[in-house]
Amino acid sequence: MAYPENLRYTKEHEWVLVEGDTGTIGITDHAQSELGDIVYVDLPAVGTKIGQGASLGSVESVKAVSDIFAPVTGEVTAVNDALTAAPEMLNQEPHGGGWLVKVKLGAPDEVGKLMSAAEYQAYIGA
Amino acid sequence: MIRKTRLHLVQNEGLLFEESSPGKKAYQLPDLDVPAVDPAAALDGQAREEIEGFPEVSEVEAIRHFTRLSTYNFAIDLGMYPLGSCTMKYNPRVNEAVARTEGLAWAHPYAPVEHIQGCLEVIHRLEANLAEITGMDAVTLQPAAGAHGEWTGIMLVRALLESRGNPRKKILVPDSAHGTNPATAAMCGYSVANIPSNAKGMVDVAALAAAVDEDTAAMMVTNPNTLGVFEEQIHEVARLLHAKGALLYMDGANMNALVGLSRPGDFGVDVMHLNLHKTFSTPHGGGGPGAGPVAVKRHLEPFLPSPRVVRRDGRFEVEENQPLSIGKVRAFHGNFGVLVRALAYIMAHGGPGLRRATADAILNANYIRTHLAGYYELHTEAPSMHECVFSDDKQSPKGVRTGDIAKRLIDYGFHPYTVSFPLIVHGALMIEPTETESKQELDLFIDAMKSIAREVEEDPQLVKSAPHRTRTPRVDEVLAARKPVLRWRP
Repeated sequence: MAYPENLRYTKEHEWVLVEGDTGTIGITDHAQSELGDIVYVDLPAVGTKIGQGASLGSVESVKAVSDIFAPVTGEVTAVNDALTAAPEMLNQEPHGGGWLVKVKLGAPDEVGKLMSAAEYQAYIGA
Repeated sequence: MIRKTRLHLVQNEGLLFEESSPGKKAYQLPDLDVPAVDPAAALDGQAREEIEGFPEVSEVEAIRHFTRLSTYNFAIDLGMYPLGSCTMKYNPRVNEAVARTEGLAWAHPYAPVEHIQGCLEVIHRLEANLAEITGMDAVTLQPAAGAHGEWTGIMLVRALLESRGNPRKKILVPDSAHGTNPATAAMCGYSVANIPSNAKGMVDVAALAAAVDEDTAAMMVTNPNTLGVFEEQIHEVARLLHAKGALLYMDGANMNALVGLSRPGDFGVDVMHLNLHKTFSTPHGGGGPGAGPVAVKRHLEPFLPSPRVVRRDGRFEVEENQPLSIGKVRAFHGNFGVLVRALAYIMAHGGPGLRRATADAILNANYIRTHLAGYYELHTEAPSMHECVFSDDKQSPKGVRTGDIAKRLIDYGFHPYTVSFPLIVHGALMIEPTETESKQELDLFIDAMKSIAREVEEDPQLVKSAPHRTRTPRVDEVLAARKPVLRWRP
């Protein structure tokens, strides 16, 4: 799967899409592929304040439960409730319909330090 | 070639609820020879008239139901059960014979101590034996299982640190740890910090040195670790922790590699748990319950759960006066019937026998490792102790993963190994034969694994769609996890 140019990536395999002062956060195709079939997603409540690198929730596959680390600092403004009923969206559309949360960016400067699509692909050896 | 399994008649079995019809029963009570009492009045209105939907079946129906279900099962009494880190060893029948001794099987925990001296001696002796085997100073037998033992052990750490004025904030765990370790730390109110493994699969001592500080309460280490590799620098790990006033906790899940050869108390461990249902051959799971004794060094002894069995003037007593104790963690003295079996195992073997069992467990794991090394990718060159860990790197290019190989192994008549653990090994196959297996059985297992490796090359779909010889084909584990059906409804 291609890694979209308009996303920024972390070493922990999350991505963030910045639109104005909003960041949409998800996990990468590589991450979902490593986790295998995802069966449950645990997400924070709207209004939760999270710092960059802190755990913002977890995803559970048949193999393991893994923390999701916030790629950026911010306050949660929306969560993808559709994942509760259909966690398989994370496997099917990791860079789109499988987004996890939207945050109001607290420190927009952080985004520039994340990896580009090319850098991330080099990082995972894709 | 599949040598251990044949097709075999297995009857279908409904749910007991579906067999029910009103009035059937599996008991017969004698005529009442005391005055009748109205149960509703005696129970102050709390008595139930009936349990809604409770199945009514005859004795033979109940017996057939459970016997048929038992034929669906796989057990150590049927064949090899190489589930890594679980130590699925054979449970010798002598354990059962001893546990059925009338005075032990029918003892009541509220009996006067004069009447249960033998039971108290079993407890006292088992504590002493486990202390000697682990090189620790004192033992509690109360915890009911390994995770319960972990929790008890870390509560002891907290109690000791609180008595020194500061319970501290975090517990360190290696990235190869059992998932129960960080869960235990969290349950005891600590945050968790991961310590990476080095290229040999051992704790990265430099990373530990950088992470341990005055906020560190303890580190939880499994030794040998979940790769089956002995932590060569365990002395240094202990030294780094102790220098900062932190403690070293050992998860005893893999103690079957050490009994009679190496003692945690001698390599710097302050507190540890044992799994009697692993190392000391008491039944696992459904045949359980388990037992997770905790062994400590002298500085933690005052905090052990109460009560404790003590010997005074040749007589065993139950000591309740322990002002610093963390309290009870289990009713009475724990799962006593399990404790009897473990003591029977230890005494039947004696010291040399236990050491021999450990050596055989290590030999068996290395025999498998050596014979499968050309067929499956070994994770580390470090020597294996009682279990060996491969990855599915040679098979995954064909689309076959560790879970598929495990399911195909069922067709060959073996219980699967542990799949996808430890998490630091991508596509792990974790194999622990224990000392139970003979060379003949190990050779059958090795042949089966080699045969599967060939199948992956020639017909990967055969492996990906396994098992084929079981009464139920491959189940949809993902659907079961996503949409679990947790109760029966008519």
